[in-house]
Amino acid sequence: MTTETPETTPATPSYAEADFAVDSHRAGTLREAGIDYLNRVRGGDMGSLPALLGLLVLFLVFGLTTDSFFTNLNLANLTVQAAPICVLAMALVPVLLIGEIDLSAGFAGGTSAAVTALMIVDHGQSWPVAVVGGLATGAVIGTIIGTAVAKLGIPSFVVTLAFFLALQGVMLKLIGQGGSVRFNDEVLRGLAIKNVPITLGWVAAIAIVVLYVAIALFTFRRKVARDLARPPFGLVLVRIGVVAVVVLGLTAYFSENRSRNPVFPIEGIPWMVPVVIVILILMTFLLSRTTFGRHLYAVGGNTEAARRAGINVIYMRIMAFVLCSSLAAVAGILQAAYSGKVSPGSGGGNVLLYAVGAAVIGGTSLFGGRGRAIDGVIGGIVLATVDNGLPLLIEESYANYLVTGGVLLLAASVDALSRRRRSASGV
Amino acid sequence: MTEPLLELRGVNKSFGVVHVLHDVDFAVYPGQVTALVGDNGAGKSTLVKVIAGIYGRDSGDYLFDGAPVTVHGPRDVASLGVEVVYQDLALCDNLDIVQNMFLGRELRRWPVLNEAEMESKARETLASLSVRTVKSVRQPVASLSGGQRQTVAIAKAVLWNSKIVLLDEPTAALGVAQTRQVLDLVRRLADRGLGVVLISHNMTDVFEVADRITALYLGRVAADVPTSEVTHREVVELITAGRSESHGISESPATAAI
Repeated sequence: MTTETPETTPATPSYAEADFAVDSHRAGTLREAGIDYLNRVRGGDMGSLPALLGLLVLFLVFGLTTDSFFTNLNLANLTVQAAPICVLAMALVPVLLIGEIDLSAGFAGGTSAAVTALMIVDHGQSWPVAVVGGLATGAVIGTIIGTAVAKLGIPSFVVTLAFFLALQGVMLKLIGQGGSVRFNDEVLRGLAIKNVPITLGWVAAIAIVVLYVAIALFTFRRKVARDLARPPFGLVLVRIGVVAVVVLGLTAYFSENRSRNPVFPIEGIPWMVPVVIVILILMTFLLSRTTFGRHLYAVGGNTEAARRAGINVIYMRIMAFVLCSSLAAVAGILQAAYSGKVSPGSGGGNVLLYAVGAAVIGGTSLFGGRGRAIDGVIGGIVLATVDNGLPLLIEESYANYLVTGGVLLLAASVDALSRRRRSASGV
Repeated sequence: MTEPLLELRGVNKSFGVVHVLHDVDFAVYPGQVTALVGDNGAGKSTLVKVIAGIYGRDSGDYLFDGAPVTVHGPRDVASLGVEVVYQDLALCDNLDIVQNMFLGRELRRWPVLNEAEMESKARETLASLSVRTVKSVRQPVASLSGGQRQTVAIAKAVLWNSKIVLLDEPTAALGVAQTRQVLDLVRRLADRGLGVVLISHNMTDVFEVADRITALYLGRVAADVPTSEVTHREVVELITAGRSESHGISESPATAAI
């Protein structure tokens, strides 16, 4: 494959010849792309690979050692369980991207869910108004955190630890000592307990696949037409294949009746799933296709370079926290929908660890500049699998804490080691 | 001789009681490489920052294309078409070459980034500078060598049809072959008609690419001469003593009344 770059001879032919590979526009064959990928993994650029392998191991262990893990009912439950964690982990991605951390995201979600629940129960608001109220609560929390971090220069660890404590107080005040607010709005609670009608599920699944194929092929064609850097066509086909198999396979799986009671069939995709998918698509678009996303990566990669390039670093920092807390509000509402109530402890306990852990487990770096929205989803599924499968294996809950903590430490070690490796190999 | 593209006349700059620049005249001509030399503390960096608009002037004129302009900050200077490539290149390791070159000035079709256009333009610019040392414009900057990074930083500066590029010690940390690449690039920029300012400690580099040499000595311009009229030794004397035979400051500023 020749390139269209003008092959002008250099003014002086004394360049180091070794540095003179001609600008390549494509990775060549599928095989070369595979070798390229292997080299990147070896060089420490592993992305979600460890998480996916871990997920495979977890599924094998739980599937082989327990009878109930692989039942349709349990896996559907696992999916619903995973949804709030996935969203919370996606919330953390922008903050981790700029090299900061948010320990308060769990309670920001809990507080927002409490506001939503109270607006419905005590003030008789409709659910859309209540959800907007919840999201606004999250946005306000994020604005305060972001301002304290970006303008005052307090380390985000300290600011969000303060919010971690303070928001618990806010929730106690809102909900009342020892009480809880029920969360039984038909629509919101329905996200957790109702399913998408089977026909609609199939229509949506096929629409997603067709849309993905169309976009992938269109993008590839345009890149060929303009002679831009592009992956080999084989890789595009492989990606299309994976998306088609996953989307259609899951739809088929959820379309089966999973009820133990023959009178009441339970079938269809839980409503939580499309919510997570929509958020995933929006976040991916925001991070990889917009100026805002590009600037987040820049701030996380080299703050000084971002500043000199004219990027408003303070604004980007604040917005990362606003985005985080607002998405955490969504996660809090989903969690409340799952458990059917909001109590002063909602968003505490394990959730704090899930929030940071899931994103890191999925492959987002704690050191900033690296990460994708899908990392949060993959990491969230890993943690939810531990959460779901471990009690089937070991009854006592100490094991859950130990294993989840261990998984997080493992993921952080992988992150730190691969970072060291990357700087050595320069990938 | 052609008119200077950018000219500073009688610029003074003090930081508190420290008078850093004394009546400095400095000119950049189109199509020429002007080397700015001087010992540590001679005022090179201050002068560059004044040109870049990062520091204001206490007195003196800032002329662009022969007309006085008001400069309030780096953005004013950038809009004139003056770009500065600092020593610590200011590239984001986690972004690729195209993303770095367009950082902060991304092209987009609202609200989506126009990656195709950016990639084409970046490739065009690199090709026009005869830069073919990178494997792909889509490789992350982390994987580039020092010389390649310098090249990307310079290409980023010329991407915006800039008229003047200031390079702060571009070869300081480079090996022999990479220095070669960067010096060739510097020469090509001038050949394209840009005014290039090269700040350097390395006399070999200066004599190789510079058309004019401006030597600073203790905040004063010791000499502003065509490279062909001075020798290596004379420039070193200008840097260290402020004068050398026919060139330089007649009175030693160290003993002069300030």
